[in-house]
Parts: sequence; C-alpha cells; structure tokens
Amino acid sequence: MAYSKKVVDKFENTLENPQAFNVGRFDPKEENVGTGMVGAPACGDVMKLQIKCEPKGNTHIIKDVKFKTYGCGSAIASSSELVEMLIGKTLEEAKDIKNKEIVDALELPPIKIHCSVLAEDSIKQAIEDYESKQ
Amino acid sequence: MSTQSTIYLDYASTTPVDPRVASKMMQYLTPDGEFGNPASRSHRYGWKADDAVEEARSHVANLVNCDPREIVWTSGATEADNLAIKGVARFYKSKGNHIITSKIEHKAVLDPCRQLEREGFEVTYLDPNEGGVITPEAIKNAMQENTILVSIMHINNELGTLNNLEEIGNITREAGAFFHVDAAQSTGKVDIDLSKLPVDLMSFSAHKTYGPKGIGALYVRRKPRVRIEALIHGGGHERGMRSGTLPTHQIVGMGEAFKIAKEEMESDHIKIKAYHEEFLKEAMKIEHAYINGDLNNKVPNILNISFNFVEGESLIMGLKDIAVSSGSACTSASLEPSYVLRALGRKDELAHSSIRFSFGRFTSDDDIKNTLSILNKVVDRLRELSPLWEMHLDGIDLDTVKWNTH
Repeated sequence: MAYSKKVVDKFENTLENPQAFNVGRFDPKEENVGTGMVGAPACGDVMKLQIKCEPKGNTHIIKDVKFKTYGCGSAIASSSELVEMLIGKTLEEAKDIKNKEIVDALELPPIKIHCSVLAEDSIKQAIEDYESKQ
Repeated sequence: MSTQSTIYLDYASTTPVDPRVASKMMQYLTPDGEFGNPASRSHRYGWKADDAVEEARSHVANLVNCDPREIVWTSGATEADNLAIKGVARFYKSKGNHIITSKIEHKAVLDPCRQLEREGFEVTYLDPNEGGVITPEAIKNAMQENTILVSIMHINNELGTLNNLEEIGNITREAGAFFHVDAAQSTGKVDIDLSKLPVDLMSFSAHKTYGPKGIGALYVRRKPRVRIEALIHGGGHERGMRSGTLPTHQIVGMGEAFKIAKEEMESDHIKIKAYHEEFLKEAMKIEHAYINGDLNNKVPNILNISFNFVEGESLIMGLKDIAVSSGSACTSASLEPSYVLRALGRKDELAHSSIRFSFGRFTSDDDIKNTLSILNKVVDRLRELSPLWEMHLDGIDLDTVKWNTH
C-alpha cells in the first residue's frame, strides 16, 4: 500500500480512540447543528459530517464537530484530518478549506485524492444545512 | 515491524516454500551441487540435471495421475494458461473460432481470451450461479458448432468454490471441444485423477503448494492427443511446446513440493478443515457477516466473508497484524470492487466489504484464535465509525436512501 505514515497514523489513532477524534453524532434536528452526508455505499465511501456552531459578531463559529465515515483507510483519515481543521473556524473560513490542504497534510497518493474531495464536499453540505436553519 | 509478527492468512495468494523443498533446491545451484544444464547431452553435469528434472516431472505427474510425458514446464500458471488457451486456439483456428470461459476466471485466463478476441476469436464469458459455481448446464447452453475450447477453473481463487470437472468435461468431449482447466489452487488441496477426468489441458503452479515462485507446468493430454502452437521459440525444449533452458532448481523445487503434497494432502486437509470450521463458527457470530461462495461446494482453505457496513480496505488496514486480502476496490488501482464478487450478483457494498482468509500448512491454533479476536474488535470499531451502521441501527433501509454520489 502506497500510504504515507501520516495516513496510517491518522487512521489508526482514530480507530483506537474514536471519541478523542470526534467520532460520533449530534441530533441533526437541533438548530445549531448542520449535517452533510456525501458518497454512496456502492462507491465504497460515505462521509457524514456534523458541525455545531454559535453566532459570533456578524458571523458563526464552529464550536464542535462530529463525523462518521464508511470507506477506505484514507477516506477515514481524510475526514478525521478535516475535522481537526474545522474547530474554531468561522463558517467563511471553513468554506475556504480546499481538498488540496487535506491532500498535503496527509500526503495522499493520487489515486486517493477523491477522498479529500469527498471531505471538502461534506463540509460544504454541512454549512449549507446549517445556514438554511438560521 | 518484522513480517514475523504478522499472522499470515493469505495462502491462496502464495505459500512459503516448505523448508524441505528449499533445502532440496539448494543442491542444484552451487559449484558443489548439480548445476548443469539439463539440455547438455555431452557430460555428466547435464545428465545429472536432466535426471533431476525428469524425477521432478514424475512427482508432478504422480500427484495428478498422468503420464510424465504429458507435463510441460512453464514459468508458472499464468504462462501455462496462456500456452493452453492461445496454443489451442491458434493451432485449431481452422476448425472453429469460438471459446467459452467464465467471468470468475483468473486474469491469467481472461486476458489471453481478450487477446484472442482482438485476433478475431469469439469468446463467451459465462456467469457463475449465486454460489460462485459454473454449472455444467451453462456450459452446455453456450456450446456452438464452432466451439473449439472451454476454459474453466477448478477452484476459484477468491471464493474457494469448486467446479465439477467431470460433468463439464463430458459435455466438452461430446461437443468435440478441448477442455482446459486452471488448477493453480487445486494441487495438494483436492484429489485430481487425470487418468479418469475428461480434461485435455491443466495448468499448475508451484508457489500455491509450498514450492517456489517462477515455476509451473501445463498438462497436455497425449491420448486423445492435443496439439498446441508454442508461444516461445528457441531451441525446441519440452518437445517444442516451450523453449528455454530448464531452471533445474525451480523444477526440482516444484517436484519436491508436489511429492510432499501427495504424501501430506490428507493430514493438511484434516487440520485445515478444523480451522475452517472454527473460523466459520466464530466469524458468523459477528452480526451481518455473509459468506461469499457456496459453503457446500468449496475447499476449506479459502473463506471469503463480507462484513456489511464496513469497507474492506479499512478492515484490512485495521487488521494490520494479519495478512489477508480483500475484494475491495480500494486495495487495487482500478477503484472497481472484485469482478468475481460482482459476478455473483452481490450488491456492490457487500463486494466492497469482503475479505479473503486462506489457511495453510503452517497455520497454527494461535493464528486462528488471535485473528478471530482481532477481527471482532476491528469490525466493532469500524462500525462505530460507520454512518451506514448508525443508519442501520436507526432502522433505515439503506436501499431506500438517495445517495449523493460523486
């Protein structure tokens, strides 16, 4: 497997200690929660990302994040990496996160770049869901 | 981490060389050994090497009950498959241009068939039944006037399922077509008696049966005679069917491995069958685990299981101290799940979730126990991470969900 040590470590740490790595769920009906779910089981990966936000000045800030991912090791590592990037960011900053940042952080091999694209899509969708509730 | 601390359960991929085989091979390499060219007719170095090659040929023939003159050495089962399929097709092309094979063959059969299609042959790729077996009826229905060759594997490498060679062979005989069998997974696992089986060509590999990589053989029937066009020319070795200096040490290794296989098939089988039963019983206690392949028609050394709601590659990564292989797309460069599992009609997500465990001569009780305990833990943890498992627990039918495919 052409995985970097970073992918392997991220995957293994998330698996060993899911709570510490924000694995879990929020109630999607809560008003301060936005949920994004992308991918399909038939394609081999599904990511579900939830953000919990609060208003701050004229924007909203991401206070907490939960995720669950079905997929290959790099899909799980990509979600986990993204989650770390999100906490404390404003929605505007979060919207600006590009999949390339995940690729670079984890040194993803070219064949696994779609995992980072999926992660980027999941945060976009979660923000959209959150904003639609405000 | 050293590979020694990793439990090896991937015997269907390759086996270690039995130490008895390795020590015999060592006698055919160095200046103090029999290093001669078996084709050298003018001195004892050559004669001794030739004796060793012929003794090995008898061991191979003896395991499958054929005449040693029906065994042609090749570089492995892939070359044997190529030689059989292209060799028969090209030699008999004036008699017909139709070939029958199946969708669950190894690539060493499928790719030569694709090549023959480019050369103008017509190939029928049969579907297996849902148990992963090619039925004799399917062969019968696919037969045409111009069918010259049927190529069907004996044991499927991903599932361990067995095809009925006798019934299929009787159909091909009656139709006047040749019958080639890829038996790379069979030697030392099940009895093969070519004096009785209606099979014309059969491919063998050494490295799936505790011999070295890089050597295999093709059985080419003498009565009734099968002719093949050679793929490799250059000296007319192996009665013109496969030129090239014979690798004495590799051949001796295959011979010794097959001799041991004959002697120890029964004891290996008893041990492996017990492991299979234990593994099956325990693994089936995991919720939503499904066996791929017909349990009543398979060999015990291969066990292919899908763990629903868990993706196969992540499972393999989680099972980092266990060497197994997966039907998952993500373990290959293709991003397609196993074509074998898809051909069974399994849903894609189950194909993505499959793991092949294969046991062998050096598997221990501890290997099985430790694997089962790690497997339970890792499946649990990955399900805790899986949004599909969460939806399943919430009572959502995943088939009714509209997915955002990308």
